[in-house]
Amino acid sequence: MLAVAASHYSTVTVTGQAAGVAQGTLPLRRADTAPAPVRQSLEGGSVIAGIIIGVVVVVLIMIFIGLYNSLVKRRNAVDNSWSQIDVQLKRRHDLIPNLVESVKDYMSYEQETLSKVTEARAAAVAAGAEGPAQAAQAENALTDTLRSLFAVMENYPDLKASQNVMALQEELTATENKISFARQFYNDSVLTYNNKIQTVPSNVIAGMFNFTKRDYFEAPDAEREAPKVDLR
Amino acid sequence: MDFRRQIARNKRDSWFLMALVVVALLVLGFVIGFAYWGDYFGGIGLLGVFGVAAIVWSLVGYYAGPGMALAVSGAKEVTHDQEPQLWNIVEEMSVAAGQPMPRVFVIESDAANAFATGRDPRHSAIAVTRGLMARLNREEMQGVISHEMSHIRNYDIRFATLLGIMVGMIALVADFFLRWGFFFGGGRGRSSGSGSGGNAAQGVVFIIAIVLAILAPLFAYMVKFAYSRKREYLADASGVELTRNPVGLAGALEKIAADPAPLKTANRATNHLYISTPEKKHHKAGLFDTHPPIEERIARLRAMAYQAPGDVAATGETG
Repeated sequence: MLAVAASHYSTVTVTGQAAGVAQGTLPLRRADTAPAPVRQSLEGGSVIAGIIIGVVVVVLIMIFIGLYNSLVKRRNAVDNSWSQIDVQLKRRHDLIPNLVESVKDYMSYEQETLSKVTEARAAAVAAGAEGPAQAAQAENALTDTLRSLFAVMENYPDLKASQNVMALQEELTATENKISFARQFYNDSVLTYNNKIQTVPSNVIAGMFNFTKRDYFEAPDAEREAPKVDLR
Repeated sequence: MDFRRQIARNKRDSWFLMALVVVALLVLGFVIGFAYWGDYFGGIGLLGVFGVAAIVWSLVGYYAGPGMALAVSGAKEVTHDQEPQLWNIVEEMSVAAGQPMPRVFVIESDAANAFATGRDPRHSAIAVTRGLMARLNREEMQGVISHEMSHIRNYDIRFATLLGIMVGMIALVADFFLRWGFFFGGGRGRSSGSGSGGNAAQGVVFIIAIVLAILAPLFAYMVKFAYSRKREYLADASGVELTRNPVGLAGALEKIAADPAPLKTANRATNHLYISTPEKKHHKAGLFDTHPPIEERIARLRAMAYQAPGDVAATGETG
């Protein structure tokens, strides 16, 4: 630093004095120092090229890691939201026997409706292990039988007076809602995930690491017609 | 609509607003310090003090603020067994949003209102008044809770808490300076020995400090209210995204608008948290409102209902 400052200073003094008086020593010293920066800049050129290549490689690796990680996160989100549906379906399976038990004394003429619910529940429990598509079908059938049970229950004013039945009905209604909201959330995660593994550029990585498309949990047909079960 | 991107943008906007308010606080600190001691050291010194105070205050508010907001509004935590339907509706919405279950609180008041608070979705709470529970049916309550759940998911709760703290601090400092600054101001200038020039400069800065002390709180409140109004519309819209039923929330807002009772336990520090302004004053939309006009929110929700496919009146899967 000191040397650089000194030589800079002397150069300035030389040019500051009359040009003709300038003698060899100072300009010569400048000439001596001149080649060094040139050599440096030549080396610098290849160094810069190396740095650019290095940066490009690092950026590519980072993009690759980012895409891979986001695919894993989306897949985990799908798995997690499926387990949320699962929790609610299990809860419904647990609640139904209680409800059937509590209402059957009041509804002796509706044995057929009640046994349909019980059968549909058994089928849904069995289908639970077979993956989203089969489970969805069985659970939707169960939803339909429950809807008809709730509709029939409207005809029995005695039921409305039973605190136990009303509490169970609120729990089942809430569980039905949670199933449909969990399904909504699951389908949204599946949509995001499927979009991700099918679109450029993440489809390349999805192909390399075997990320496969997931099934939607289809809504029951009756729900598309938007039935209204007001149990309040 | 990609909610992840919207939430990310929401967080970014909110940090920007927070930065603006913090800068306003630091500028206020510098100018008051300069006016008080008459040199840069005084200015930078007070700026530093304000900076440290802002950090400490924010940390305290960040961890203790939500609990305090619940305590001052008289909210009591309830379990599933105490309030099964309310609890179930909150759980339904947390399932729909894919968020952890918030704690559930009830405020024993006849007024119809609700708010959400907390520092993130894992540490969040939803409080509703007894009056609201009495007036709304299940579908409408679901609309209200979906709105509150959206505040939680969008991280509005965190920034409402932090912004409230910052704005409160600016207001307090400005208020203190305007009230007491005249008694001490100017007389303590360290530069008074350097001649009348120093005093003149100090006098000018003193006037600037007064102007800033008046303007800074106004600016801070405007930022806070603009933030609050924008988030109300967003929470309405993303709440509907959860329930897929704009009619429920619209119906709830109509009932809340028609309800004349103001919520007495709400105050200036917590007003902006509620789903509808608790003071119940009626006037044109202004820069100092915490909430957009409720009629406008209902109109937007009703418009969404007309866009929805099929018979809207029957879209409630709510039961």
